[in-house]
Amino acid sequence: MNKMSTVKQIFQYVKKHTFFLVLSVLFAAVSVVLTLYVPILIGDAVDLILSAGAVEFAGIIKILTTIAVCVGLTGLAQWIMNVCNNRITYHVVHDIRESAFDKLEKLPLSYLDTKTQGDVVSRIITDVDQFADGLLMGFTQFFTGVVTIVGTLLFMLTIHPGITVVVIVITPVSLFVAAFIAKRTYSMFQLQSKTRGEQTALIDEMIGGQKVVQAFGRQDEVLGQFDEINTRLQDCSLRATFFSSLTNPCTRFVNSLVYAAVGISGAALAIRGGITVGQLTSFLSYANQYTKPFNEISGVVTELQNALACAARIFEFINAEPESEDVPDTVEADGHVELSDVVFSYVPERPLIRDFNLKVEPGQRIAIVGPTGCGKTTVINLLMRFYDVKEGSIKIAGKDIRNITRKNLRTSFGMVLQDTWLRAGTIRDNIAMGKPDATLEEVIEAAKASHAHSFIKRLPQGYDTVIGEDGGNLSQGQKQLLCIARVMLCLPPMLILDEATSSIDTRTEIRIQKAFATMMQGRTSFIVAHRLSTIMEADVILVMKDGNIIEQGNHETLLAQGGFYKTLYESQF
Amino acid sequence: MKKLLVYMKHYKKETVLAPLFKMLEASFELFVPLVMAAIVDTGIKNADIPYILKMGLLLVLLAVIGLGTSVTAQFFSAKAAVGFTAKIKHVLFEHIQSMNYAQVDKAGTSTLITRLTSDMNQVQSGVNLVLRLFLRSPIVVFGAMIMAFTIDVKAALIFVVTIPLLSIVVFGIMLISIPLYKKVQAALDRVLGITRENLSGVRVIRAFCREKEEQDRFDGYNDNLTQLQLFVGKISALMNPITYIIVNVATIVLIYTGAVQVDEGILTRGEVIALVNYMSQILVELVKLANLIITVTKAVACGNRIQAVLDTPAGIRVYTEEEAIAELQENSGSTDVEQCSTITKDAKVVFEHATLRYPGAGADSLSDVHLEVKQGETIGIIGGTGSGKSTLVQMIPRFYDATGGRVLVDGRDVKTYEPEKLIEKIGMVPQKAMLFAGTIRDNICWGKEDATDEEIWEALESAQAKDFVSEKEGQLDFEVQQGGRNLSGGQKQRLTIARALVKKPEILILDDSASALDYATDAALRAAIRKLDEEMTVFIVSQRTASVLHADRIIVLEDGDVAGIGTHDELLSTCEVYREIHESQLTGAKHGEEKDGVKHE
Repeated sequence: MNKMSTVKQIFQYVKKHTFFLVLSVLFAAVSVVLTLYVPILIGDAVDLILSAGAVEFAGIIKILTTIAVCVGLTGLAQWIMNVCNNRITYHVVHDIRESAFDKLEKLPLSYLDTKTQGDVVSRIITDVDQFADGLLMGFTQFFTGVVTIVGTLLFMLTIHPGITVVVIVITPVSLFVAAFIAKRTYSMFQLQSKTRGEQTALIDEMIGGQKVVQAFGRQDEVLGQFDEINTRLQDCSLRATFFSSLTNPCTRFVNSLVYAAVGISGAALAIRGGITVGQLTSFLSYANQYTKPFNEISGVVTELQNALACAARIFEFINAEPESEDVPDTVEADGHVELSDVVFSYVPERPLIRDFNLKVEPGQRIAIVGPTGCGKTTVINLLMRFYDVKEGSIKIAGKDIRNITRKNLRTSFGMVLQDTWLRAGTIRDNIAMGKPDATLEEVIEAAKASHAHSFIKRLPQGYDTVIGEDGGNLSQGQKQLLCIARVMLCLPPMLILDEATSSIDTRTEIRIQKAFATMMQGRTSFIVAHRLSTIMEADVILVMKDGNIIEQGNHETLLAQGGFYKTLYESQF
Repeated sequence: MKKLLVYMKHYKKETVLAPLFKMLEASFELFVPLVMAAIVDTGIKNADIPYILKMGLLLVLLAVIGLGTSVTAQFFSAKAAVGFTAKIKHVLFEHIQSMNYAQVDKAGTSTLITRLTSDMNQVQSGVNLVLRLFLRSPIVVFGAMIMAFTIDVKAALIFVVTIPLLSIVVFGIMLISIPLYKKVQAALDRVLGITRENLSGVRVIRAFCREKEEQDRFDGYNDNLTQLQLFVGKISALMNPITYIIVNVATIVLIYTGAVQVDEGILTRGEVIALVNYMSQILVELVKLANLIITVTKAVACGNRIQAVLDTPAGIRVYTEEEAIAELQENSGSTDVEQCSTITKDAKVVFEHATLRYPGAGADSLSDVHLEVKQGETIGIIGGTGSGKSTLVQMIPRFYDATGGRVLVDGRDVKTYEPEKLIEKIGMVPQKAMLFAGTIRDNICWGKEDATDEEIWEALESAQAKDFVSEKEGQLDFEVQQGGRNLSGGQKQRLTIARALVKKPEILILDDSASALDYATDAALRAAIRKLDEEMTVFIVSQRTASVLHADRIIVLEDGDVAGIGTHDELLSTCEVYREIHESQLTGAKHGEEKDGVKHE
């Protein structure tokens, strides 16, 4: 995405606030012009104060009244400008976040699966934040900065062109100095962030593995390791911080030089009557004002570039291709599932499933087996239409799943995944996820059926206990029980169970399996299976290896075949 | 935040020198209007070009001095800020390391990491700014006032009125906005939370077709954030206009008063210009200050987050014998300590009515476990998910403290041990196989720092890890990646077992740590451990009866209560829970045994 189109897209969001934008620009101009006019008025007033007995009070009071009005207006204009800028910025940021999140819900999993969670989060949170900072700064400082420079130049030129030239010639020096320092400190900053990264990695590892560190009493050694990096970081951090902070004094030094130059040349001119003392006073205050926006603008430019880069990253996410439109048709799932000539791969270079055919009658159980990492979840991805098949088709109740709505398809399946995902909220909300209007009785019923009731009962607030992000303090087994209860509450006609019982102890598991058995009665079920009993009771076993389905049949036929299943069976069971 | 400042003491010199040089810089800057006044009053009035040039040079000289002093100030403040942060980092890291399991669980690992990293960075830049710039502003403001006094008392009184007014505005707005910024941060946290949640749960959310509801929830949080931001923005937006108006109104009054004074012959025109200059210097400083406030506000908020961690009492307190008994009495509500005399002297580990309740939990995780374990015994611990098996063994090395009753090792309450002395006796193999970046040798040496290669191989052999390690490239020098990513679950587990064995501990604790091993390896491992040392006391936590079957005694836990203690055969006839567990696994075994290794990756 190039810069131009990023800027264009930002304007798409800003457009809604055109009124406030115009208002902001208008009041910025007003406040800058008035701010610049005040020193002239002060100069005029000073000119009326000559010496003892020679003070023109009437004139002074008139000027001072004008100043008072100007100041009042400036204050008001500044405030309105600030409020407008805040409004524009925060609303734009709000809208961008909202479209990013809406996109998050609509993006195909093929996109999300290739991005790390941290990457997407940092786009929606950090990048948008940085963009907001940049935008706000850009609005408030860039514009006023430019107006101030132009305005000051004009005012100075009207007072005296000669001294103005002096100011114009010396000022850019400060820009050179700033650029020079920035260039020199770049490598120091790089070293700093590299060392910082090293330290973060160590912190991450050691705090994450705290229990082991303590179990072996290695705190001192680890602290030593930490201190070594910490000292190095302190060293390069000091260098980076110090050298970069030189910018400010150096540019201020240039400013002081400008001030001195204006003072000397102005005074020399004043003697010859070229300018009045009052004009010199205005000039001096301009000399101060003129150089300041230069420093600010150079800061703002880096900030804006950063903001633009951030915006580009967010827009890349927002502009990503969403899932294909739903075909607005539905079907009543009856347990029939048919896969015909299915071809699928995540990346074209690595073909996975080829010409896969399977016909499932209502109530049948399909077990998917294979060694770790063989791609068992691929089948789930296809059934739930998290991914679309490349060729061939999947039909439920005789209808291609691409020709019904995703909602229709997905509510026809009850799914328990390997990674138990729970949301921050109450236990009740979590169980009622698929059926938000369920009564407490229904929720408890489902919890009892999945053997979660006994542990929920013992929690401090029972079903209203709030659990933290990702299940908080619950044990892995408890989390899994809740996930099962979640499905138990809706009981759709078809089930997908992905290693659902892997971290529950055998006794609980037996009970759950009993519950599952009732649940599976008359329901078509796909099970990523590890238990031999499940596998043996299945109507069809799909044996997967390296992402492909290499054998299918029931336990006896597969054993008799003497293929991969037999090897697997003999080595593992 | 305040308490953190104690760590500034190592940088006393820098902390004083940085503002001092800033002050010097500011003071020299304050001479500038005086010099200009001299140029106007003397130079221009007398048309004295050499005098003007001389004064001009003085201005340049002041600029050079300003540069020198401010660079020096920058150096000292950078040194103090960086050093200060490095120091707190050290202290915080050390503190976190000394936190016990319950405290780490409560705080949460990820927030501890944020506090050690990004919060620290904020504090560093905040301190640096404060030393450099925050102190400069008051110096310039008050300096300007003092200089005004040297010119004219009456005119200076205007400064005396203006400055408190300005302070009220600046600090008032700051005080109001700091808590609001905290709220903004919290609102942002919620937006972050729901985003993360939706990413990690994307499949579940789509499976339950909850996209629309999630969008609504997000919109709610997002709106809330925007409202807060706008509100704070409105308040902060007042700062610049109000200060601008106050300063300029003061200038108007100043010019008028000045005019009167000049008319009366008390002041010169140049002096009035100088006074006006001082007033505008104050304005410039205030504008700078306003821009800094957000950074400083953030730094203070982050500093408080760090402080909060440091304020949680440092983990492991060593009790004296008396304190331990006093607490025991308090917890049990009785003065009857005499029961400890009933404990047999040669017991290696004793759980004496040990009870544990996690802070904030509704019920005990373990209640009233009473057991004496003799030296050389092997104890199996079995029970369902959440029955308290791990908690029980983790009380031996004092990862969790008993909230009732006590745990004794070699006849002494574990609370009275120096942590290192206690750890020394124990070899722990945790549930989660955790390895660290470094070679296999480095990792094994965690158990015994000066272990020879021979000892390491011996431990690897007992842990059934010898075969796969010898096949690795570089063998003991094989580089393990962070968290052991480049090893399989079973390999990691065997290495963590070897790490505990190389220590030749008096007490070995296997906390469900053979779950990724198949039955044959598991059995070989148990046999090897038994052969190692007759004197070693072993605790084996497991969900499989096969793993504890041969233990001298087995403890059966259910929901934190002891459901039975005895040998396998005894329990089969007396303990229903045990029988149920055993039979449930037997049915699986009938079909052949299941290998857990498959399901764990």
